[in-house]
Parts: sequence; C-alpha cells; structure tokens
Amino acid sequence: MTDLPTAPAPGSTSPLGYADLPRLIGLMAGDEKHSTSADSTLDVLWVLYDRVLDVRLEALDDPDRDRFLLSKGHGPMSYYAVLAAKGFIPIETLATFGAYDSPLGHHPDRMLIPGVEISSGSLGHGLPIGVGLALGLRSRARKSRVIVLVGDAELDEGSNHEAIALAGRLRLDRLTVVAVDNRSATYGWPGGIARRFEVEGWASATVDGHDHAALEAALAAEHSGQPDVVVAVVGEGT
Amino acid sequence: MTAANVADTMRDRFARVTSKLVDEDPRLAVVLAEIGVSGLRRAMRRHPDRVINVGIREQLMISAAAGLALSGLRPIAHSYAPFLVERPFEQVKLDLAHQGLGAILVSVGSSYDWPEGGRTHQAPEDVALIDTLPDWTIHVPGHPDEAEILLRDAVVGDGNVYLRLSAGANLEPMPIEPGRFHIVRRGSQATVIAVGPMLDPTLEASADLDVTMLYAATIRPFDGDTLRAELQAPAVVLVEPYLQGTSAMWVSEALRDTSHRLLSIGVRRMEHRRYGTAEQHDQAHCLDVGSLRHRISRFLAGPLSGAV
Repeated sequence: MTDLPTAPAPGSTSPLGYADLPRLIGLMAGDEKHSTSADSTLDVLWVLYDRVLDVRLEALDDPDRDRFLLSKGHGPMSYYAVLAAKGFIPIETLATFGAYDSPLGHHPDRMLIPGVEISSGSLGHGLPIGVGLALGLRSRARKSRVIVLVGDAELDEGSNHEAIALAGRLRLDRLTVVAVDNRSATYGWPGGIARRFEVEGWASATVDGHDHAALEAALAAEHSGQPDVVVAVVGEGT
Repeated sequence: MTAANVADTMRDRFARVTSKLVDEDPRLAVVLAEIGVSGLRRAMRRHPDRVINVGIREQLMISAAAGLALSGLRPIAHSYAPFLVERPFEQVKLDLAHQGLGAILVSVGSSYDWPEGGRTHQAPEDVALIDTLPDWTIHVPGHPDEAEILLRDAVVGDGNVYLRLSAGANLEPMPIEPGRFHIVRRGSQATVIAVGPMLDPTLEASADLDVTMLYAATIRPFDGDTLRAELQAPAVVLVEPYLQGTSAMWVSEALRDTSHRLLSIGVRRMEHRRYGTAEQHDQAHCLDVGSLRHRISRFLAGPLSGAV
C-alpha cells in the first residue's frame, strides 16, 4: 500500500493518468494480475472517460450529461480503476473490492456507486435499457449521448438483438454501442460483429481496441440519423 | 370471472384514459410489444418517442421502460399477462426495482380471459410471481371505473405497480381507496376477502351467510390492518381470481399472533388442457357460484368457528 496513488481533489485539473491504472487495479486484485475481462476493456474505458464522455464529477445529476452503460458487468476492475482515477470513487475504496460492506461488487451497482448509470452483471440488459434511455432523452430534447459497452460473447443473448433491430429502425443517433471483441463467443459472429449491426441500419467502425487515437476518433464520430457501433478488437483471450 | 354487462371493458378504459394522460402529462411514457397498439395508435402518432411499439420483443419492452424511467419519465408497459410478466421476468426483476427504477405494468388476459387460446395465453401465476419481488403494488380491479382510479393513482407515483386488468368484472364499482380493503358488509362467522372480479360471485355465493366481506382491488401491499380490525371469528376465506393461495402467506403474517383457519380459493395449480368458455373454466377450478357456496359453507361449519 506504500505506492497508493493520491486521489485527485474534486474538480482537479490533474487527475491520475492511464499509467496509474495497473496500480489501481492491483489494489483490487491483490497483485498486478487481473482478469481477462478487466484487461480487455481497460483501454476503451479509459478513452471514454478521458476523452469522449461529457460527465463531470461535480454534476453527476446533470440531465444533459452523457450516459455510459457498462452492460458487460463482469470484470469491473478496469471500470472501477478508471472511475477512481477520475475521482468518482475514492482510491482507498478500491481495496474493499468484494467485501461485505463495500460499494464495489464483482458486478457494479448503480445504487452504491456515484456515477454508475446502471447495475449490471446479468448479460444482455444494458443495450435494451440504453434504447429506452435514448428514446426518453430524445423525447425530452436532450442531446446527451448514450454509450453502451458490450462484449462479443454477450451478444449471444437474444435480448441484444431485440434492441439492435429497434434502435436501427427508430434511428437512435445518440446511441453508440462499443463492442469489445476478444473473440470469446463460443460460436462467433460469421462476417464480423459490425455486419450484424449494419444490417439493422447502424453505422459501424472496427478499430484496434488498444489504440487510443483510433478509439477516440471512432467513439467521437457523429452519425446523423443512425445509431453506431464501434467494434473494439482486442487480442483473443485478453 | 364472467364478463359483466358493463358499458366498456377495463382494456378499453385503459386505452382511452392512457391516451388522454399522455397528452396531459409529458412525463408519461408507454411501451407496447404489438399487443394493444390499436387502442393507442393515435397516442403513438402524437408522441412517437414516448408511446412506442417495440414489436414482438417483450424483453425489450421491459428494459426500454426501465431506460425511459432512467431518463426521468414515468413508463407504462402493457401486454398480455404471460408476455408482460412471465417471459421477461428477469427484466422485471433486474431492470426495475434493482436499478432503483419504477414502472407501471398493465396486463390484460388475466387467468383465462381467452380460454380458447389455451395455456400459452393464461397467466394465473402472474401475481404470485410479482409477489416474489420487494416493494411492488399490485392492483386487481373488479370494474373499469376502478381500473381507471388505480391507473391514475399509479401514474402520479414513482414506484413499481402491477395493474391486472380482466375481461371479468363486477356489475357495479366499489368505492375503493387504493391500497385499502373496502368493507362490503359485516358478519360474525368468518372474514371473506374477495379480490377484484371475484366479488360478485362471492357475494352471491355467501348472500345468506353470516360473514364479513372485504373487497380487495389492491392486494399488495396486503391490507393486514383492515383484516385484523375486522376479524370477528378466527376464520378467513381468500377468494382470488389467480393462483390459489397466492395471498395465504400474507394472511398468516397479518394474523401471526392469532390462531385461525384459512380457506384459500383460487385458480388450481394444474395443466388444464381445455378450451371452451371462461364459465367452463370457472367450474373446472370450482370458482363458480355454486362451488364457492359449497366450499365456503363447508368451511364455516368446520372446527374453531367461534368468536376470536
């Protein structure tokens, strides 16, 4: 614990950086090892919170904030590390990961962690909720974006396909899915994940899931009249 | 559970009142999964982002309702009972209360409103299933007027509400207060709790019996206070239009310090492979007036029928 990073003060202009994330994850994992699903999402999560999302610690209830929904709630250590680096979670709380009275479970709970928009863990819920959220925000003339992170294996869940079809038809252009593809789906997605969305009317981009500049460009792109998917390809088994 | 000769049905009233409410209240949203679209077509045209048909996608219907609630709206999800409650039950469990969100689920079809439709369109288990979850309000109106009162009451709240509409209805509405049992009459031999559309047949069946009749258009939270206050004899009869015994636990809880007998009447737990009419199904489940009279009378004649 001697190398415990210092939490940024609220509103600090110099929060912790990407280089601090492995140490933060180490506070939860007990050492520098961490799980595959935590690893596969780390870069995507960092780019989202560092460069893309309009969310501010001092305005967690701002109705115009962007909404990030972590649908793939497994392996939330990367998520917690990024939230801690950005000041949403006190650094010292990370060490309580999984404890009885900790806010940090092995799947996140929005009622326990400020800034977490949905509770997840059971796969295939985030995107369908995101469709309703995008509709509701559109009905209220909000310009907020809704960005949902799913995994390639999570797309096995049929509920996602109910949502993919409807979002395309209703042209939910403030909705973005970032699909982290580490080829963990047992039966795979012939022709690629992007095609599954495109056929329903989505825009798509497929990028290296560890390339921050490519992720930022794809995630920041505007798509008038259609939702978009960013397939973030990461190494198989990472 | 026979359809009464009333001016409109609960389903018609729901469509009409909801269409009006979405015009008046910009916070109200409706999600359909194809069923019920015809009654809300005009509302869908007027409010395309908050009166939505998601197609035949019931998981999405509930999750989208949750997302609408996340955006600050008050969502209603509406479908046939098995497709609203049973098929997307994990979404009901996780996307609403677990997320700290509220919605109003309005079902039609009840236990066997369409007997010719067979088992796939019957949901006598719906109330019991919702009752496994915390903090739900469950309304079982017995008349279109009551359905309207309970719907309007649900819309102004922010919790989770299940509103169970049925084709079966009582001839006259009761002067209900949402959340409370209504005292229809008082007697000394037992307390009968008739739920929703079971009131008329239960009243007819017990017309000359010396019993207190409580009427429940809201069955959760269970109004144990009224039951305790009105209990004259340690005998309770539950008459529910859904799975037999669904509220038995709550009677036991309300009377936990009082020795009592309980007769639970409701839809029997069986794979009943018959079509026909609702009246024929009432008879098969011993919910017709003659069977009710026989069962209640026999129960009253049983042991421990004296005063508390």
